[in-house]
Amino acid sequence: MLCERCGQRPATVHITEITNGSKKETHICQACAGEIQPQGFGFVPQLNLNNFLAGFLHELGGAGSSQAVDTGEKCEQCGMAEGQFVKLGLMGCDSCYSHFEERLLPLLRRIHGNIRHTGKVPERTGGRAKVLKAIESLKGQLQEVISREEFEQAADLRDTIRQLEKNLDEGSEG
Amino acid sequence: MPIRETIDNAHSGWMDAEGQGSNIVISSRVRIARNLAGIPFPHLLDQTRAEEVVQAVRLAIVNNEAKNLLGPLELSILGELSPVERQILVDKHLISPEFINNYQSKAIVLRDDEVVSIMVNEEDHLRIQCLLPGLQLKEAWEIIDNIDDGLEKTLDYAFSEKLGYLTTCPTNVGTGMRASIMLHLPGLILTKQLGVVLSAISKLGLTVRGLYGEGTEAQGNLFQVSNQITLGQSEEEICNNLLVSTRHILSQEQAARSLLYQQRREAVEDRVYRAYGTLRCARLLTSEEAMRLISDLRLGVDLNIIAGIKPSQLNELMIKIRPAFLYKLNGKELPASQRYAFRAALVRKEFEDLPQ
Repeated sequence: MLCERCGQRPATVHITEITNGSKKETHICQACAGEIQPQGFGFVPQLNLNNFLAGFLHELGGAGSSQAVDTGEKCEQCGMAEGQFVKLGLMGCDSCYSHFEERLLPLLRRIHGNIRHTGKVPERTGGRAKVLKAIESLKGQLQEVISREEFEQAADLRDTIRQLEKNLDEGSEG
Repeated sequence: MPIRETIDNAHSGWMDAEGQGSNIVISSRVRIARNLAGIPFPHLLDQTRAEEVVQAVRLAIVNNEAKNLLGPLELSILGELSPVERQILVDKHLISPEFINNYQSKAIVLRDDEVVSIMVNEEDHLRIQCLLPGLQLKEAWEIIDNIDDGLEKTLDYAFSEKLGYLTTCPTNVGTGMRASIMLHLPGLILTKQLGVVLSAISKLGLTVRGLYGEGTEAQGNLFQVSNQITLGQSEEEICNNLLVSTRHILSQEQAARSLLYQQRREAVEDRVYRAYGTLRCARLLTSEEAMRLISDLRLGVDLNIIAGIKPSQLNELMIKIRPAFLYKLNGKELPASQRYAFRAALVRKEFEDLPQ
């Protein structure tokens, strides 16, 4: 028996669907079966994560209005349109993150429960982020020494933090 | 070690489990996603630009300044390997199944001990993974951390102060890190407790998958537990969370095993010896059956019912019995029925020196 779908390869996958008591049989080849992926028929049901995400973004789209989903906005670097991201659930390039930030943040909050990176910062290209991370950790230490009432040490820490923050401001202006 | 040796040999560094919980924890894996700044992510790249990414990585791994951090790495173009060779790399857990769906303009970087592998132009420009035997998550992260620092001496990573490392899929943004632990859990399965444990795990922001990652089945009672969240937790926190949960699963599995052995000793021994007997005598074996029997035998080895077999030998056997490796050993593809016979013969040979 040849495949009912492509009519070229032998039918090796036989599907019987029973809907409301009426039976429907389909005989197709392995290749076509892979393409149509009948649910629950020996195949691992594949939930496509990206489509799933894309759906999420759709839902989150500007106050639920469907028009807000695709504003036709494009990322200047890679040319990825907002509609494309909504469809694929994948970003186009690093610039997409800043370009579509407003739309993306609610999604990230839902996925991760957080929208602030607290992990590793690249050594060479980390720049400001490295200093910010250092400031964060110093602030943590500051809280600790204050709670132990070690005010002299606290003052030192505060000065270091101020100096770092000052450097950071000057750096961003220059 | 050249990639040919990696392909010709079923053994890999991660199989030599030893240390804490090594009879239950097969391996620990950490992978990070990294992208290059200013270059569209792989799914938007044409061939020329994708090859530029490969070239950039090729230069980064030979940067003298980073030699100490990187160790001996070798880059191979995926398209220059045969389909079987690519499949063997998947079976050995060195690359992902998705990576070989389309092998154009992709490359794989391997460290000579196979502990470190880098996929170039998978979903992200770089997917750096470290796979170690047993429960060694922190050690795996330390190795990855060094490799990452080494590559960053040459490569400009896509990074944002606020969101961390920028990735193709927003589910990976932040640390870009997925840490996972492969566990052998026959005790929880036999005592029908796995469902409870898994639902508890999912409440802790962790996921459980089958042997070969996303969307794959759990074969041979093997499961991968991994973190889901990549943003807002540091790499160390991610490792710690996973370790704490794993230790919990470990003690549950151990309790289930001793309960089984105390209350159903004969049934457990019967199961183990049946597996042992079948593996040593069968003339036809499908890979599903072989995986199931190896799992039972492994339980017997762990419970000291069977002597003379090392867990590492069984780890290696799990790879040897996969279709791609059989193809490789045989030199040409085999129709299913002949493959079952070839597999059974290979398994019999594996155990022929053991006492009856």
